[in-house]
Amino acid sequence: MNSLNMLAFGIYPYIALTVFFIGSWIRYDREQFTWKAASSQILEKKQLRRGSIAFHVGIIAIFFGHFFGLLMPSELWYALGISTQTKQLVAMGAGGFFGIICFYGLTILIRRRLFNPRIRATSNPMDIVILLLLYVQLILGLISIYVSMGHLDGAEMVKLMAWAQNTLLLNGGQAAAAMETVHWIFKLHVFLGMTLFLVFPFTRLVHMFSVPMQYLTRKHQIVRKRFAR
Amino acid sequence: MKVRAQIGMVLNLDKCIGCHTCSITCKNVWTSREGVEYAWFNNVETKPGIGFPKEWENQDKWNGGWVRNKKGKLELKIGTKRRVLANIFANPDLPEIDDYYEPFDFDYQHLHTAKDSKHQPIARPRSLITGKRMEKIEWGPNWEEILGTEFAKRKKDKNFDEVVQKDIYGQFEKTFMMYLPRLCEHCLNPACVAACPSGAIYKREEDGIVLIDQDKCRGWRMCVSGCPYKKIYFNWKTGKSEKCTFCYPRIEAGQPTTCSETCVGRIRYLGVLFYDADRIEEAANTPNEQDLYQAQLDIFLDPHDPKVQAAARAEGIAENWIQAAQRSPVYMMAMEWKVALPLHPEYRTLPMVWYVPPLSPIQSAVEAGHVGMNGEIPDLKSLRIPLRYLANMLTAGDEAPIVRALERMIAMRAYKRSEYVDGVEDLDVLSQVGLTKPQVEEMYRYMALANYEDRFVIPTSHRAYAENAYDLKGSCGFSFGNGCSDGNNDVNLFGARSGGVRQVIPVTMKE
Repeated sequence: MNSLNMLAFGIYPYIALTVFFIGSWIRYDREQFTWKAASSQILEKKQLRRGSIAFHVGIIAIFFGHFFGLLMPSELWYALGISTQTKQLVAMGAGGFFGIICFYGLTILIRRRLFNPRIRATSNPMDIVILLLLYVQLILGLISIYVSMGHLDGAEMVKLMAWAQNTLLLNGGQAAAAMETVHWIFKLHVFLGMTLFLVFPFTRLVHMFSVPMQYLTRKHQIVRKRFAR
Repeated sequence: MKVRAQIGMVLNLDKCIGCHTCSITCKNVWTSREGVEYAWFNNVETKPGIGFPKEWENQDKWNGGWVRNKKGKLELKIGTKRRVLANIFANPDLPEIDDYYEPFDFDYQHLHTAKDSKHQPIARPRSLITGKRMEKIEWGPNWEEILGTEFAKRKKDKNFDEVVQKDIYGQFEKTFMMYLPRLCEHCLNPACVAACPSGAIYKREEDGIVLIDQDKCRGWRMCVSGCPYKKIYFNWKTGKSEKCTFCYPRIEAGQPTTCSETCVGRIRYLGVLFYDADRIEEAANTPNEQDLYQAQLDIFLDPHDPKVQAAARAEGIAENWIQAAQRSPVYMMAMEWKVALPLHPEYRTLPMVWYVPPLSPIQSAVEAGHVGMNGEIPDLKSLRIPLRYLANMLTAGDEAPIVRALERMIAMRAYKRSEYVDGVEDLDVLSQVGLTKPQVEEMYRYMALANYEDRFVIPTSHRAYAENAYDLKGSCGFSFGNGCSDGNNDVNLFGARSGGVRQVIPVTMKE
């Protein structure tokens, strides 16, 4: 069991992250033409509007929640005057709230992708796979809120933080050790989370690297010169 | 003054016969691919009608183009930059495929393979998106062809606004029609460029062609909404937007665009226009919509003026471009004779594909004696196509430029008629419309004879000097994005759809 744990939480994350970074880099460099949001709004508008907004709002909030929640060291949280217990309660509340918004949106999007004939016919296998992966991951995350209610002391969360932070500090062994005793639902959630990183470069998710914030500051018109003078 | 050059186009609607040759040749060259079956970089509409896509001219519905905001500044009608980004998850102003039409093909093969049966075999339609049988085709790119569909639907045409008693044009005796071939306007103030969150759309400095960088496009689809002419199409297969390229590989080589080259009626003209790039915003931001046409004329520069020529040289514009600008048919029709007018200047994009309003229905009415005459010139107000309708289309509702253009064309005919038929030089009719004899001879040469060399005055671009040709040795040349790889290989790790294969679902027929 221990070696399996080491493989899943001490080694697998590095494989996933390596593929994530190098795969994205190669795709960005070699396959710009495939780098896109892959919108299907032109083929179906109403369901997309209902699903996509809720999905994106939910998942972006959840992403930042995980980012800060897992990676900010406990000392910093204490310095902000937030105890582990409070933090867990906030995480459960906010996570649950945005999780449900995201769930609502994702349910609509999956239904649309699978059962709208136009969308289904123009889908890649990967478009469907990634939606289902996200769906399973989201459901696991929502279930984990229920599990967390069983222990409100924040101890489980501290273990997960230790895993995430040790992983980033390249302490694979300690990271895996931190995961050893957490509830299996968190184990699954973390494992699937790493899998999302693994498949990321091969899906349309890459569009999140291209959030067009520079649009806000650029001039309206763009003129390209060919002739060097 | 910052001189920039643009290859502009004029379409003489007076001579358009609505044959769709331009659309078909364009389609064959540019959009005969999966994902853009529904896209027509060039299409021909019969007006009045709601057009393609449905009601494209109704900006209350689609929010295309620019508006002046409360502070008197130019703003996209789809909203501020912040609003554009806020709508990125679901664009409220995006047409759906059914606003264009569901692309279809017919099961022609069935005609060959059908077995003996009681009834004649037929080729039934099949969707090119789902590959499945379509029981009924409900719309197409030229559904209103030659007054197709009932008037009740066609009268939603936005150009009917403020046309008095528009319902009478539904009557058989009062009806009228004209053709309107449409392509990208390659605007001076393009709304698509401004709407693109990725900054993938750009205007080329050397010839003004507006292009989409297929590598930079991320498919945020705001350009489709931004363009008031609805001339940007979202490719559902590649997930990127595409538009008319003004056949830039041909233009660079000094050849006319495919649509112009193949135009049977010889209605299309291509030529260089110089304009003052420093005054684009000022012109586009003219407070009164009806002044936009004149404001655009005002930023065009006279290529015969030595000062303009010197400024052009200072900007690095080549000598053959300056010469081409002096012989430009587009300049003559737009600036000297003022017979060509911009399409919907009120969108504030400063479009560069201009139109000569159609005259023929007027002439036939004159001959039938229905019309009051003003000397040689008929009273245009009582003619078949309402002036207001043309004005709504070409001058933001100002009838005076339409009247001037139509009267000049009639005067040209009257002058040539008296010259050839009566052997009389009728200078009165010319002075009545403010033309001189040399001008009208030129008009006759360019608009009536319309020789190839006069219609297309396109200087070649000096690509060989501008780029190091040695570095281009062995490169891929023109491709649909992604350099040598089209991103559409049969095997692709990165989620591109396999290319070239039509999703044909074999049809089995029941006997």
